[in-house]
Amino acid sequence: MKQLVIDFQKCDAGRNCNHECEMECAIKVFKVDDPAQAALQIKAYEEGGGKAILCDQCGDCVVVCPSEALKRNKLGVVMIDKQLCVGCYMCIGFCEKDAFMRNPDWIVPHKCTSCGICVKVCPHGALSIVDVPEPAVRII
Amino acid sequence: MSQLVFDPSKVMDIDYTQRTDYLDGLAAIKAAHKVLKEITYTPSLPDKGYTNRTLYVNVGSLEITEKPVTQQMKDVFIGGRGFGLYHLWNAVKPTTRWNDPENEIIISPGPVAGMTQYAGTGKSLVVSLSPQTDIPIDSNVGGFYGPLLKFSGFDGLELQGKSDKDIILFIDGVKGIIRIEEAPKDPVDSHVLAEVLTHMYAENEKDLPNISVVSTGAAAEHSLIGMLNFSFYDRRRKCVRFKQAGRGGIGTVFRDKRIRALVVRGPKVAGDLNHPADPETIAKTGIKFHKEMRENDGTQCMMRRNGTAHIVEIMDAYDLLPVHNFQYGSHPDVHKIDSSYWQQRCTQHTVDGCWYGCSMACAKGADGLVLKTGPYKGDMVTVDGPEYENAAGLGSNCGVFDPDYLLELNFYCDTYGICTITYGTLTAFVMECYQRGILNQERTGGLEMTWGNAEADLEMMHQMARGEGFGKIAGLGVKKMKEYFIKQGWGDPQLINDIGMENKGLEYSQYMSKESLAQQGGYALTNKGPQHDEAWLIFMDMVNKQLPTFEDKAEALYYFPLFRTWFGLNGFCKLPWNDVVPADNSSQPEAHKVPEHVQNYVDLFSATTGIKISKEDLIIQSAKVYNFQRVFNIRMGKGLRLHDAAPYRSLGPVTKEEYESRAERYDQQIITEMDLDPAGKTTEEKMAMHRQWRTERFSKLMDSVYTRRGWTLDGVPTLARLKELGLDAFPEVVEVVKQHL
Repeated sequence: MKQLVIDFQKCDAGRNCNHECEMECAIKVFKVDDPAQAALQIKAYEEGGGKAILCDQCGDCVVVCPSEALKRNKLGVVMIDKQLCVGCYMCIGFCEKDAFMRNPDWIVPHKCTSCGICVKVCPHGALSIVDVPEPAVRII
Repeated sequence: MSQLVFDPSKVMDIDYTQRTDYLDGLAAIKAAHKVLKEITYTPSLPDKGYTNRTLYVNVGSLEITEKPVTQQMKDVFIGGRGFGLYHLWNAVKPTTRWNDPENEIIISPGPVAGMTQYAGTGKSLVVSLSPQTDIPIDSNVGGFYGPLLKFSGFDGLELQGKSDKDIILFIDGVKGIIRIEEAPKDPVDSHVLAEVLTHMYAENEKDLPNISVVSTGAAAEHSLIGMLNFSFYDRRRKCVRFKQAGRGGIGTVFRDKRIRALVVRGPKVAGDLNHPADPETIAKTGIKFHKEMRENDGTQCMMRRNGTAHIVEIMDAYDLLPVHNFQYGSHPDVHKIDSSYWQQRCTQHTVDGCWYGCSMACAKGADGLVLKTGPYKGDMVTVDGPEYENAAGLGSNCGVFDPDYLLELNFYCDTYGICTITYGTLTAFVMECYQRGILNQERTGGLEMTWGNAEADLEMMHQMARGEGFGKIAGLGVKKMKEYFIKQGWGDPQLINDIGMENKGLEYSQYMSKESLAQQGGYALTNKGPQHDEAWLIFMDMVNKQLPTFEDKAEALYYFPLFRTWFGLNGFCKLPWNDVVPADNSSQPEAHKVPEHVQNYVDLFSATTGIKISKEDLIIQSAKVYNFQRVFNIRMGKGLRLHDAAPYRSLGPVTKEEYESRAERYDQQIITEMDLDPAGKTTEEKMAMHRQWRTERFSKLMDSVYTRRGWTLDGVPTLARLKELGLDAFPEVVEVVKQHL
């Protein structure tokens, strides 16, 4: 399955960049001029280093979705069907990585779909799309 | 006892999509339908939780009309059970009985129902005059009917009149059509009927989840204990499943009106159909709760794995599980039907909420059961649950510890349309009568009703469905069986009355209350009869030890019936309130109330309706409806102190063997509680000492609770209490009370 990964050897958690990845995602994918709505979020720690909040396509949300709105596509990426979503936000609550996002103006939640738009704009080349095996389905 | 650990490798590998297909006859069934009445209407979605109209249907005259929801209805009755009681009061007279045409069945979901962001928000409340109690019964139920009814444009549905032919009421909330159809060839039992009707009224496969069916089954026609199945379409199993409005015989009223089914086709559900005033607060509160379920459920109740059956072993460990008609509180074979078994037997690879967004997901399902008996022998079916009540009522209380038979009993109760709780308690009574010679094979028509004889148990149920033999007598319920047995001269009347576990005509649900004074009151001092949903205090009292003093117990019998009533006014399920709690709950003041969750409910109501309330307002809202219902009972000839009397089996040991099985405990109580000396006393003498102490203690509890509730010592709400709650605005209510002051 296609998975977005970040290399913190290269990413400095936004200290010397303009969070291009977040901006590009927000503008190109979600058509909003607000990086807080991007499907990946880079956070810097005060003590140095940082973390990225992004979807690793683990599929836990597919298991808990009551309306079958979440399914893997042929690339193994978990996609949301807006027509089927009932806006219950169990996907958000059950995501251990906090990778499912919610824009207060939208009913349907959103997340990273490994589209790679952010990869192209990272000034440090820290982001990449990799192909990894799908994890086994968990009982949640 | 140790916390059960879930082991996914032990879950039985059953193909949960496989089951017997019942759709072969669909075309012929549909062709036989004949439209008796059809109207068009304008569908609408709720605004801040209300559609502001209800639907009235008279199945006798075929009248179909809309009624406005008034501001007074919202202010005083809120919705759900409140709306049901309000409509029923206006529909009936004090002389009305369950099978009179003016009796109604009212289904109302409440303003919050249909919200998808918080767990347990799809409930409907069903209200009717009960064939068992002759007073209003209210029964809460999941499934999709209530929310879809509301999204079709109605805050409630009133069904009145009696048809002379079997009919189906179809509401198409997309096209704006309401139709009454004659249904002469429809299947009778729910698991077939609802499957057929769901496919009949869905326009295509994608439409299946937008259909919900209310139905009952064959036994509802021949007993007084009929219930209603509310369906929801299980997308993963690709089948129709049910939740039940079980208590009090509403399914019997349904069939007396010759209603075969109610079908609603709602719009496709989305997250904003309830149009709340403040969706942001609802979203945040819902997500917070979902996280709590994810983080805490695995180490607390494991509701997602076991459903309510998780307490079978806890009740057994604390000597609170009903065994052999509430004689004993534990049994060595309980491990065969406790949650360690059910979490292997119930399918765990799926989603089990009975409404969208329920992260608690307690509606477990046991798939792949091949039936051994009855008209569906050999069929492979999915059985809901078993819930705790079914494992305890159909299982331990009757001495049935074979899980496959327990599932089969559960299945047939569901499809025949009878209440599992009621059936469990009445069968336990029959079995004890058999044990004590009050019944024998001659009197049961050959049924050998010994403890644990599941085949005889099932045959009694099949008889009930056919309207034959002893099964028909059993289907009258415990109260009428007691009267019948005594009239026949079949046993000592006092013993029969002591062991017949009913109050107001309704059978007890499945908790041993002998050692829990709070639960004794929680059962007997109820409006509708002894159902734990009004005051489930036994866990708080006996397991968590949160009600140590007499005053604590009496106060709990003021607060919790009101707090729990509130769920039923709004369309909430009670389970997410305390079947998971925040990690720091035990360190909070009044931890037994789960204060953070109470605040969640206050916030959710305010955010839905736009009416800001406090936790104190919540209790006042409930108190209005609760006291109205009490007065309604009085209007119907019950609702006084004498009707709150409890059978002695619920208060203490009735028989010598009961006493001697727990002699150490009972002897100790004589010393510590009665300040007397048991030495040298016979068991009979000590039983008499207990009876006096326990009945006096219960009577004292009644005095305290009535006083705290603002009632006279005869159980009548005072005029001052009515005025305080604004119920003096209803002159009829005041008139009823005045006659008893």
